[in-house]
Amino acid sequence: MAPAPPPTPPPTLRFVLCGSVDDGKSTVIGRLLYDCRQVFSDELRRVERDSARHGTQGKATDFALLVDGLRDEREQGITIDVAYRSFETPRRRFLVADAPGHEQYTRNMATGASTADLAVVLVDARRGVLPQTARHTRIAALFGVRHAVLAVNKMDLVEWDRDVFEAIRVAWRALAGEIRLAAVEAIPVSALTGANLTRNGTSAPWYDGPTLLAHLETVDVEGAGADRPFRMPVQYVNRPHSDFRGYCGRVAAGAVAVGDAVRISPAGTESRVESIIVGEGTRDRAARGDSVTLTLAPDVDVTRGDVVADADAPAEAADQFQARLVWMHDEPLAVGRRYTLKLHSREVGAAVTRIRHRLDVSNGHELAAPVLRLNDLGTVNLATDRPVPFAPFDESRELGGFILIDPATNATAAAGTIVFPLMRAANVKWQHLDVSKDVRSRLKLQRAQCVWLTGMSASGKSTIANLLDRRLTIEGRHTYLLDGDNVRHGLCRDLGFTEADRVENIRRVAEVARLMVDAGLIVIVAFISPFRSERDYARGLFEPGDFVEVFVDASLEACAERDPKGLYAKALRGEIRNFTGVDSPYERPEHPDLRLDTEKLSPEECVERLTDKLDREFPAPHAPVTEDR
Amino acid sequence: MLYSIGKDSSVLLHLARKAFWPAAPPFPLLHIDTTWKFREMIAFRDRAAAEAGVELRVHTNEDGLREGVNPFDHGSERYTDVMKTVALRQALDEGGYDIIFVGARRDEEKSRAKERVFSLRDAAHQWDPKAQRPEPWNLYNTRLAPGESLRVSPLSNWTEADVWRYIRAEEIPIVPLYYAAERSVVERDGRWIMVDDDRMPLLPGEEPQRRRIRFRTVGCYPLTAAVESDADTLDAVIAETLAADRSEREGRLIDHDRDGSMEVKKKQGYF
Repeated sequence: MAPAPPPTPPPTLRFVLCGSVDDGKSTVIGRLLYDCRQVFSDELRRVERDSARHGTQGKATDFALLVDGLRDEREQGITIDVAYRSFETPRRRFLVADAPGHEQYTRNMATGASTADLAVVLVDARRGVLPQTARHTRIAALFGVRHAVLAVNKMDLVEWDRDVFEAIRVAWRALAGEIRLAAVEAIPVSALTGANLTRNGTSAPWYDGPTLLAHLETVDVEGAGADRPFRMPVQYVNRPHSDFRGYCGRVAAGAVAVGDAVRISPAGTESRVESIIVGEGTRDRAARGDSVTLTLAPDVDVTRGDVVADADAPAEAADQFQARLVWMHDEPLAVGRRYTLKLHSREVGAAVTRIRHRLDVSNGHELAAPVLRLNDLGTVNLATDRPVPFAPFDESRELGGFILIDPATNATAAAGTIVFPLMRAANVKWQHLDVSKDVRSRLKLQRAQCVWLTGMSASGKSTIANLLDRRLTIEGRHTYLLDGDNVRHGLCRDLGFTEADRVENIRRVAEVARLMVDAGLIVIVAFISPFRSERDYARGLFEPGDFVEVFVDASLEACAERDPKGLYAKALRGEIRNFTGVDSPYERPEHPDLRLDTEKLSPEECVERLTDKLDREFPAPHAPVTEDR
Repeated sequence: MLYSIGKDSSVLLHLARKAFWPAAPPFPLLHIDTTWKFREMIAFRDRAAAEAGVELRVHTNEDGLREGVNPFDHGSERYTDVMKTVALRQALDEGGYDIIFVGARRDEEKSRAKERVFSLRDAAHQWDPKAQRPEPWNLYNTRLAPGESLRVSPLSNWTEADVWRYIRAEEIPIVPLYYAAERSVVERDGRWIMVDDDRMPLLPGEEPQRRRIRFRTVGCYPLTAAVESDADTLDAVIAETLAADRSEREGRLIDHDRDGSMEVKKKQGYF
């Protein structure tokens, strides 16, 4: 019989249980649930029946079967995804994230840790602190866990040898110290017998500390947050009729009272709290964790993703950050690729501008890395399209933790934490140059710009680029042609055809093109550039109007038939991998400045249309520079 | 919002009303009516929707109805598939909903413990446990490809005790079937089944009798077992429910059809 619960729930402790494969995590949770009477008898009967069939404990009840929920893992005897379980004692209500021990499921471990107050780190007494233990502890710390306790499991298998336990405890303290966790406790337990989990056994008379459950019931995990300045990200603007406009959200930090002055970030407008609404009632005050609707007077413009904050200590906003990432996607992170960043209730376009290093989580070493792959942890520079209100993650999980979404697949590609803002625009000023792009281009009596030809291999890009280059040169223009194939002999000689190398290839070519435009040249780029995000990235480097995207369009069939270099034939035979149009996609431009259909138009006609467009829409200046002076 | 009329649905609707007040929740309620629900449930449903000021959409699998699919002649597994799983898919396809709120909790069943708060479903409404989106810091990725949808379970981390405590604290109305009263029942396979209307065929030897009973869970009356009880107040119900040594779903017969049955049903598009 479970005891009836108290009328109001006791305070909740959220913890994540981490450890290596076979350390017995699920058994520990199963035991806690069982001993706290959170298992109904019919569920236990089912588990007893299953124990005989799939159990790993012989005839004894396999408590792990209480928590290993999915059919596949019940049959394989492993945990493949993070599971959440609740139980309560009169003192505390617990929400446990059972995180899997396999290396390839680091992302689930990170997810489990992200909302936890504390980590219970489990090791096998026979094996001690393993690289995997360090890995999980480090991930937990990176995702905001400040408190940890070590449970040395399977003590029964080492005959409760005190020396074994002490050696592990020393290693643990060294690890926790290095990671700067507030962790001192280590507890010898046996999940199999239940000793020191919920009751002190007689097996280890030398241990006089608390049981794991007693520790969890009493450990103080109150972090900072309650006494910080007020912050509330706006989730929803409630506007049922013209007389009411409320801002809904959950208070992320501090507290707010009716009459308080607030400032909206990032806009910077100020107002006062007119009322705090919860359901049909109103309140004088709301604090961290409360979900409320605020009305403001005077009414100012506030939208979803804004942060309402204490007017005396408003929320910072920035568009450049140093951040830590755990990569969660099969596709590796490529510098310059566009992602959607979601931070509290705000979504914004973002790109990683630089990978500073990858972290080896088993020893804490920082390694140089061109890419981040699935389950890698790294530190990067991140740029967002617009300033976003935030707080460093160390101050606030709610305002400093984010995810990156891959817009092509909609997958959650990464979870990240803001370390600090990079005020690059403020700190690193552009050296002001007296001779500007305009001056240089007027001297050449032309409009400097980048004509970017994109299209599949053999669509006609190089032919058109070459003809255009000749035509403009004959007219006395100053031009340069950057050809995709040619740059690979020099500028991009060190790059291959992996995803990361392709992105770097584009980045270099776009950057060189931009410098040449700055020098006053008309730059023609002939580049397959199959991905929309890459072309958008290139466009973003130029001033509006300086980048003309030309889609050289021909069907795959036509290109494969032309095949002047025999590449399609090879790709179709499988001799070349990642070939655009064959086994790698070409994302057609949605809104090119000009589309040239080379199945209908001759190269000469294409160039005609192109020069018409340039002359009409981007006329060259006719007057010399001196008029300005 | 998928509205099943049970206590969890009552809590979910209450939360939505609180969140959006003074506006009404900006989404309709969807009820999958198998036509075998308790009559008291239907009356309660219509009242709750009217009070909340939200549109109520009721869907029944008309094909199943025409074929006369019922829990007696077709067995609970086939009946559930046709009148609940298929009916739900029909209603969701018809509505083209991108987000469906449901009252599921992780403590109800083991496979649910591993399901995300925002659970991605493909165009066939199926759940792929190995392709779940991580949800760090409760940040939810709501991007959808055409045809995909999300089942959102705001009560994921609530326990049964939390639900009852909240019902008491907020004085949330629940279907009277949760309270003990004298009702007409027959004993079948060791379980009390209520005779809610005259469509229920009685087996030889079965004689409806008046018993003081209540329900721990409410659904289709022929598939929902009652318990004998005197608990006719909220406090008594809570004390009895939470002191019980049977899992909440024991009274729901469909979960016992097959081992791992919820996971199989969920992969098929049931909850």
